[in-house]
Amino acid sequence: MRQLILAGLLGLYACAAQAFEVEDQRVFGTGSGAEIAVLSTTDTEIFAPLIEAFLAQNPALRLRYVVASSQEVYRAVHDEGAAFDLVISSAMDLQMKLANDGFAAGYASDAVLGLPGWARWRDRLFGFALEPVVMLASRRALRGLEMPRSRRDLIDLLRANPERFNGRIATYDPHVSGAGYLFATQDARQTDAFWRLAEVMGRLNARLYCCSGDMIKGLENGDLALAYNVVGSYAQTRLPDGAEGELPDIVVIEPEDFTVALLRTAFVPVGAARPELGGALLDFMLGVQGRALIDGVAELPPLDQTALAPHLRPIRLDPGLLVYLDQIKRRNFLGEWDAAMTQP
Amino acid sequence: MRAFLPNGSLRAKLVVQLLVVAAALAVLLYFTVRTTADRAAEATQDAILGAATTSIAEQLRATEDGIEVDLAYATFSMLGAIGQDRLFYRIDIGGKTVTGYDDLPLPEVQPASLAAAFYTAPYLDTELRIAVVARSMIVGKGPVPVLVMVGQTRLGQAAIADSLANRAALVGLGFFLLAVPLSLLSAGSVFNPINRLAEAVGRRGPRDLRPVRHPAPRELAPLIGALNGFVARLRGALSQTETFIAEAAHHIRTPLSTVRTEAEIALRQSNDEGTRVRLRSMIRGVETSARSASQLLDHAMVLYRSDQLESVEVDLATVAQNVARAFEPTAELKELDLVVEGEAPLLTTGDPLLVESALRNLVDNAIKYSEAETEVRIVLSRAVGMAVVQVLDQGRGLQGVPVARLTGRFTRGQNVGDVVGSGLGLTIVTEVAAALGGRFELTQRETGGTCASLFLPAC
Repeated sequence: MRQLILAGLLGLYACAAQAFEVEDQRVFGTGSGAEIAVLSTTDTEIFAPLIEAFLAQNPALRLRYVVASSQEVYRAVHDEGAAFDLVISSAMDLQMKLANDGFAAGYASDAVLGLPGWARWRDRLFGFALEPVVMLASRRALRGLEMPRSRRDLIDLLRANPERFNGRIATYDPHVSGAGYLFATQDARQTDAFWRLAEVMGRLNARLYCCSGDMIKGLENGDLALAYNVVGSYAQTRLPDGAEGELPDIVVIEPEDFTVALLRTAFVPVGAARPELGGALLDFMLGVQGRALIDGVAELPPLDQTALAPHLRPIRLDPGLLVYLDQIKRRNFLGEWDAAMTQP
Repeated sequence: MRAFLPNGSLRAKLVVQLLVVAAALAVLLYFTVRTTADRAAEATQDAILGAATTSIAEQLRATEDGIEVDLAYATFSMLGAIGQDRLFYRIDIGGKTVTGYDDLPLPEVQPASLAAAFYTAPYLDTELRIAVVARSMIVGKGPVPVLVMVGQTRLGQAAIADSLANRAALVGLGFFLLAVPLSLLSAGSVFNPINRLAEAVGRRGPRDLRPVRHPAPRELAPLIGALNGFVARLRGALSQTETFIAEAAHHIRTPLSTVRTEAEIALRQSNDEGTRVRLRSMIRGVETSARSASQLLDHAMVLYRSDQLESVEVDLATVAQNVARAFEPTAELKELDLVVEGEAPLLTTGDPLLVESALRNLVDNAIKYSEAETEVRIVLSRAVGMAVVQVLDQGRGLQGVPVARLTGRFTRGQNVGDVVGSGLGLTIVTEVAAALGGRFELTQRETGGTCASLFLPAC
């Protein structure tokens, strides 16, 4: 409790000092040495075990972990030039734009150069966790129906059972959520079925959310039957366990036609006060111990090329990501989306 | 070798020059490949960038509310594929930036055609290669100019050029490393003929003054020519000396015999004891001079013939008998027995005149130093691969004088003051033995007297 209050106070302090909006801030370690500043979109609790293990290896260091939304992370780096040693975000497109526009410093080590080509952009931007973007379905709500295994199945299912799904389908609002926009655009890029699905969802008065957590809550309390395009890791961690001997109510479905996979990425910004420490933390995250912690404790799927399932389509780190950030492209896409959602 | 090169080593000079050339070629190779690779990579990347820019420009569509821009994901994705280069774009419609990076540098010259134009400009913290496509579109009332620019860093190009150039550098380095042993080898092969020539000249005997006929490359011809000229001059000078000595000896001998004859006549006619003593001493002097002159002639002949050695089969027994017959009158004067015995025939190879000259000198010595009424024996025998001629006398012997001294030119023993001699006899014998590949030994006989042994190769 005290920690929470402290974190809140620190957050307020940070707000006063910095223009971008800080959600949480915590200083790890009591070492008398240097302090590493990390700006991240990942919640503190998820990252804490990893940070503690890193500090156990480097007891002289301290680590200031600042959490902000992906838009704020982008703003902090792009507009304010905030001094951090490592910037971690799940918004691949914004990270890519920051790197492309020259905000990422070069960093080379065996660990980062060992990453597969699609998980690394030059010596600037590096993926460290790969998260499938999945569908969540409630067993209760779908009782008697077959679980959809692909987008086509889902479209058929929704069309066949409008009464059951009306107002009970959820997805991100791409206007509000950067992640939602990225997933929608990647879907649209991969398949024409996406627009059909959008139309079907629009006809069924789909509900649009800002965040995964709200969608999961809706599924738990029975408001929702199905959520489309949810980050898998959030689903895994937040899902309540089923009662003894019973399957959990909420099912995670990775669409078999293809499952977009999101990379959580990190880079050392050009304005870093201690770029070598930011790099050291990145190396640790990509190392054996770091991977194990990301997988086991943080419950983020680590990046492991060999285990890549055939239906997984990682979003490549390349300048293609810049396309949907284009203001005209975005306007057009959202216009299309709105047209699909809002039907007479 | 060194004798040819007073100023350091030609070989080292040649190797260094070859290596410098190899290094220069390697460096040239590196820069050529680098430049070519850079240009090729730039041309390739320009083509891709131009195609991408044109494709974006072609996807512009006029609609009721202006112009619609549709950037293709794949286009952007592809542009970044080569070298993961950074990408910037800007679309201006009617002079106003509608999307992209509005501070992306504009081209200095407005491109005229629909084809993409390229320019390089600094942007942010880097330098960009920018493709620009201009077109005009009908929007509303009239045509509006549209400018599409796509800029790209050229790290990929640099990386390609670097990797190719590095490979070229490796090839160049390998080339150079290969050039090291090759140039050493080639320098060696260039200088081999010189070494062989030097060796051939060095192997020659001390008196071998034939012109050098060693096969040698054309470039060595002047050297050989000069060498042969020098040898010819040397030979000329030597033979002049020998001829001079021979001539001189000859010119001295003839008047000497006249003097001697006259002196003997005078001796016979004179009754005055004092005059007779003087005349005898004069005759002795003349005799010594005549003998010296004759031996000088012999010696000159030996030197001359051993330079141009004739090699025929010679029977030593025959030669010995001939010599003995020639000395018969002289021996009789002292009432000496001159005996030839031993193996006959005894064959050797060599110049018969030289062999005869040697034997003559030996027998002459033996007769000179023998007491009256003793015996001089010429013994022919065969030792291991050698034909041996021994001349044995019962004279005064060597009396402890080293043999080496006796065989030197114009040296004589200490106990010979009363005997006429020039000191050239044993020199001639030694030189003949050496010229024919044999040897000469002089030993004291246990029974008194001297044993002179001439060893010549048997055949």
